[in-house]
Amino acid sequence: MRIRDLDDKARSARQKAADLGPDIDLDSYTIESPPHEAISDLARLSDGDKERMLLAGIESDTGERSGSYIQKDGVPVFTASLQEGLEIVPIREALEKFDWLADYYWKLIDVDTDKYTARARLDLHNGYLIRALPGARITFPAQACMYLEKDGFSQNVHNIIIAEEGSELHVITGCATAAHVSSGIHVGISEFYVKKNAKLSFTMIHHWAEDVAVRPRSAGIVEEGGLFLNNYICMKPVKSLQTYPRTSLVGKGAVARFYSLLVGSPGGELDAGGGIDLKAEDTRAEIISRAISNGGNILARGDLVGEVPGARGHLECRGLILNQGMIHAIPELVGKVDGVEMSHEAAVGKIAQEEIFYLMSRGLTEDEATATIVRGFLSVDIPGLPAPLQKEIDRAVDMSREDLL
Amino acid sequence: MLVIEDLQVMMGDKELLKHIDLEIRPGETHILFGPNGSGKTSLIMTIMGYPQYRVTYGKIYFKGEDITNMPIDERARLGIGMSYQRPPSIKGLKTRHMVEICAGDGADVDSLAGRINMNSFLDRDINVGFSGGEIKRSELLQLMAQKPDLLLFDEPESGVDLENIVLIGNMINELLERDNTPTKDKSVKEIKKARSRMGLVITHTGFILDYVTADQGQVLYDGVLACKSNPVEIFKQIKSVGYEECVRCGSET
Repeated sequence: MRIRDLDDKARSARQKAADLGPDIDLDSYTIESPPHEAISDLARLSDGDKERMLLAGIESDTGERSGSYIQKDGVPVFTASLQEGLEIVPIREALEKFDWLADYYWKLIDVDTDKYTARARLDLHNGYLIRALPGARITFPAQACMYLEKDGFSQNVHNIIIAEEGSELHVITGCATAAHVSSGIHVGISEFYVKKNAKLSFTMIHHWAEDVAVRPRSAGIVEEGGLFLNNYICMKPVKSLQTYPRTSLVGKGAVARFYSLLVGSPGGELDAGGGIDLKAEDTRAEIISRAISNGGNILARGDLVGEVPGARGHLECRGLILNQGMIHAIPELVGKVDGVEMSHEAAVGKIAQEEIFYLMSRGLTEDEATATIVRGFLSVDIPGLPAPLQKEIDRAVDMSREDLL
Repeated sequence: MLVIEDLQVMMGDKELLKHIDLEIRPGETHILFGPNGSGKTSLIMTIMGYPQYRVTYGKIYFKGEDITNMPIDERARLGIGMSYQRPPSIKGLKTRHMVEICAGDGADVDSLAGRINMNSFLDRDINVGFSGGEIKRSELLQLMAQKPDLLLFDEPESGVDLENIVLIGNMINELLERDNTPTKDKSVKEIKKARSRMGLVITHTGFILDYVTADQGQVLYDGVLACKSNPVEIFKQIKSVGYEECVRCGSET
C-alpha cells in the first residue's frame, strides 16, 4: 500500500476508540516536539537523563550493548551500531533509504485499527529500525530508549525489528520520562519479524510517570524454526496502559514466549496481555504473567489459538493483591482442530500467612518475609535470555519491591 | 532452658492444651508421643509462637525470658528452630536462598547440602514438588544452617523411605549433639557434658527412637501431658497396650 493510501485509511480511524482500555482524548496532548540537539556520545547525556534512562535499562556506558537508539520526545538524538551485522536507523530515515522496508511497514498491524494506530501514521515523529543481518549473531543487547521530556506530549513512534534468517538479536527497549514530567501519552507501533531459524528477544521496561497513558500496538511473525521471546515489565506507576501484542507462528517448529511483570499502583488502570496464534506444525507458545496490585486495577489477558494438529501452548496467569486494588485474569484458549495441546493455570490471591510465618520462624521479620515472597512471586526464569538482560529485569523487580513495601 | 508452666491453649473456642508443664534443660532431648489429634503439633507450634494458638493461661520461658507473647521471628532469633511436618512451598524462592536466610550471615550452602544429599535441590523452589522425604531433608538442611539452641521436630520420620531414614536419624542426632563417639581429645563423658542443645521430638510411630537417643519421653493425650518416663519404655508400652493406659496414668497423677 502506498503511503497516500495508508494515510487515507488512517484518517478514517482518527476518532475510532480502541476495543480495549479507557478511551483517551488525544487532542489534550500536543504533538509539537521541542527541538533536541543530537549528541555524539551517550556519556554526554545529563546526569539526570542518565539516571532516568538507567531505570528503564538503558546504559550510558555501552560496554554491554551492541548498539543504541535514543529518542527524546519526537527527535532521535543518538543512533549507533557497534557491531557488524547490526543495523540501527531512525525509521523516517530508513523509510526513505530502503525501498524494501515498505514490505514491513504497517504489514502486521492495520493502520485503521483505532485512533492510536491512526495517530502513529498521521503524526509520526520517529522510531527505529533494528535489524540483524542474515546469520549475524548479535550477542550483546541493542538498546533503544523512548524518552519523554516535554510535559503533556504525545510521543508517536513506529518501530520495526527484524531478525533475518539464522540471526540472533537481543533488544532492550526502555521507555522513561524525565523527572519533571508528570503527564503525556506514548503511542508506539512495533512490528517484529523473526525469520527462518532466527532468534529474537525483546525486553521492554516501562518506567513512566503517574499521569502518563501508554498505548503500544505490537504484532509479530515467526517463521520456521524461529524463536521470539517477548518480555514486558511495567512496575512503576502509570495512569493507563493498554497493550495486546499478537504474534503468529507461521513456520514449522516456531516458538514464542511472552513474559510480563506488572504492578498496578493506586489510580492506575493496566490492561495488558498478549495473544499467540499457532498456525504451523510443531509450534509452541507460552504466555506467563505475574501481576501485583498495590491499589490499581489490572486486567491480565492471555490468548492462545491452536490452528494445526501438534501445536502446543501453555498460559500461566498469576495475580497477587498486596494492598487493595483489583486483578482480573482472563486466560483464553482456542483449539481449532484435533490434536492441539493447550493448557492454562490462573490464580489470584494474597500472600499466604503460612508462608510469612514459615520465613519468620527462620529469623526474618514480617516485612522481610513479605518482601522475600514478593520477590519470589516476581522471579520467572526466562530461558535463553542473556545475562545482562536478566540483570536489568532483576534490577527493575528489586526497585519495585522497595516501592511496594 | 525451656520452661512451660501451666500452659493452656485454645484455637477458636476449642481447647487444645490443658495445664501443660514441661521443662527441657540444656543438653536434654525429649520425645513427645501421642495419637493423632492429641495436641502434639499444637504444643510445638505454640512454643514457636504461631498466633493462631492462643495462650489463655500460663507462661513459656526460654533462656530465662518470658516468651509467651513474643513474635515468631524474635523467638527464632533467640534460638528456637523447628522442623515442620508439612511446610508451605514458596514459588520463586530457591532452596539455596532459604538456607542462606536460615544461616543469617553466610554459610557454605553447598557443603551443608552435600551432607544431607540435597545439592540437586538447591536451585529448585523451596518445597515445590518435593516428596515427603525430600521435605524432611530440606527442613533438616535449614536447621543445620540456622543452628538453633532448641530444636522442635514435628514427626521427622514421616514419609521418609528406608534409604533415607538412617541419614535423617543420624543428622538429627548430630543436630542435637547426641553423637557420642569418643575422640582422642574427648571422652564420652566430656562430650555429654559439653552438650547444650535442647530437643523436642514429636513422633507417633516411634521409629526415630532407633536413631535418636533421648533423655525423657512424655505422652500427650487429649491435650494433657502424662506418663513422664524413659522414652523407649513408653514406646514399648504404647505398642503393647495402646494409648488408653496413658490416659489412666494421666488421670492418676
